[in-house]
Amino acid sequence: MKRAVPPGVRFGQVSFVWRPWVAGVTLLLAAAAFLVFCLSISTGDFSIGLPRVIATILGQGERADAFVIMDLRMPRALAGLIVGTALGVSGAITQSVARNPLASPDVLGITGGAGMVAVFLVTVSGGTAAAIGSAMGLSAAALAGGLATGLLVYFLAWRRGIDGFRLILIGISVSAMTQAITTWLLVRADIRDVARAQAWLVGSLDDRSWGEVRVAFWGTLVLLAVVCCVAFQFKPLHFGDDIAAGLGVRYSVVRGVLLLCAVLLAGVAVSAAGPVPFVALVAPQVAMRLARYPTPPMAASGMVGALLLTGADLIARTALPITLPVGVVTAAIGGPFLVYLLVRANRK
Amino acid sequence: MAAQRSTGMESGTTGVSRLAVRGVTVGYGGRTVIDDLDAVIPPGLVTTIIGPNGCGKTTLLRTLSRLLKPARGTVVLDGEDIATLRTRDVAKKLGLLPQAPVAPEGLTVADLVARGRHPHQSWLRQWSSDDADVVERALAMTGVSDLADRPVDSLSGGQRQRVWISMTLAQGTDLLLLDEPTTYLDLAHAIDVLDLVDDLHESGCAVVMVLHDLNLATRYSDNLIVMRDGSILAQGHPRDVITAELLYEAFALRAEVIDDPVGDRPLIVPIGRTHVRLDRARRKGD
Repeated sequence: MKRAVPPGVRFGQVSFVWRPWVAGVTLLLAAAAFLVFCLSISTGDFSIGLPRVIATILGQGERADAFVIMDLRMPRALAGLIVGTALGVSGAITQSVARNPLASPDVLGITGGAGMVAVFLVTVSGGTAAAIGSAMGLSAAALAGGLATGLLVYFLAWRRGIDGFRLILIGISVSAMTQAITTWLLVRADIRDVARAQAWLVGSLDDRSWGEVRVAFWGTLVLLAVVCCVAFQFKPLHFGDDIAAGLGVRYSVVRGVLLLCAVLLAGVAVSAAGPVPFVALVAPQVAMRLARYPTPPMAASGMVGALLLTGADLIARTALPITLPVGVVTAAIGGPFLVYLLVRANRK
Repeated sequence: MAAQRSTGMESGTTGVSRLAVRGVTVGYGGRTVIDDLDAVIPPGLVTTIIGPNGCGKTTLLRTLSRLLKPARGTVVLDGEDIATLRTRDVAKKLGLLPQAPVAPEGLTVADLVARGRHPHQSWLRQWSSDDADVVERALAMTGVSDLADRPVDSLSGGQRQRVWISMTLAQGTDLLLLDEPTTYLDLAHAIDVLDLVDDLHESGCAVVMVLHDLNLATRYSDNLIVMRDGSILAQGHPRDVITAELLYEAFALRAEVIDDPVGDRPLIVPIGRTHVRLDRARRKGD
């Protein structure tokens, strides 16, 4: 007789619920992201065949390829994977915590705050402050701006616990304020600075260096490890605070740690690629539907994010004669998809 | 400490209370709802807290279940102050179902009930064979085994409530606190859920619940706690507690208490303003 309960896998003391569909979808997404990652490396001013790309990545390629692949193209492609994963997981967390699909880092003010600080640096201290204005300085400042805004939203929304709607409303308000300030800065700035600020604001993977990629990689890795540890304790929170408390979860601690991780992940992503729109919003929703899972699955969301961002970057570089910033393409794909989701939900 | 705990564990059979509040003052923000209250939940019975809206029924239940921290006083679970116990350990002894819980859309019944095992699980041990057995028993006991693969949101209100109760059962406790388990249910489904509560009692669970419907509370409880303005007016078996005088004192409700034609408990017949034979209404009103 078929058992009513989900099957499990057990290795000694270690045991997990076995969900073949979710695991399969996550693996397929990871494989697809890796394939697009390799395609992205093979595409450029001159193309390098996929087998040679993979051989070089594994350290068995020719020296001539190694320079182009490892030094010129790899940082950009890797940045796409890392930023996409970070945004996907960040969105999965914020949507789970708020129990609302609209709660992405964009809505919660994190990207707005990062953008505001970056534009301030570019336009006000602008061409003069070479030290701050250097790429690394800009990234770090954007990270700080995003973090500060994210924490501000969290503390403003905190009222003996976190309520999803309150969090989103305050996030939207603070986002609107940061956008107003950003616009004001742009209006009164020198036209050359504005062009530079705009390029940053739309999100781009152009000219990534190994230095930046390394920072983003380690930051994301550490944060994902923390998320992985806390995620199990978070599961009952999908049913609300009272049920979670009844099941013995100290929900405010668990939620606080996870939200902080989400803010930091989004901050790392924004500092590495600018405020790339829609990835964090769309990735968890796509992952939920592909994995046929009722709540945003963390791993699959990260993989969808990585696939979306590397894919969008590939399209941005190849679809038109001029190279588009990746943010334009993610918005062009993400926007219509969000509309599709909402329309479909209305029809149900 | 160990000796104290073991007496606590045996108390379910020896007749010592497992759950009590002592001198508890509790409220929301600056507003005090319950002031210096003592209450003892008798072991192994179905206890129902009744009282008018805003009297502190739910506040008392939430205090008993550690969801609300009292400003003064203690909640005692098996001889120990509940505030000093790890919340995870409390979850292994005491199951809780809040008012109108909501599951994520599309979640299956089996996955919801399985979540009840959370207090017994750890990061490495997320789904043992014990978990599977307990969940299967919980599904069977609440009669929802056949619905295991269905999404919770596709079920009727009564079935859904059975599923949530099944989840608290999967916690493996024999002490259940249910906050208005029949809210939003029609009478037939309410009876269905309360019959389930009766089954749980038969199988050895102590249940504490809040109910609005006085006749259902009278029929299905062995012990009533009648509250008004944050204090307890009366406590005891429905046959001893439910009188016309008490109902007037607690609810300002004029009613006649008669013998239940189908049960062995009293039946409350409220007297409103209209559709009542005048002679009776006048007599009661004197």
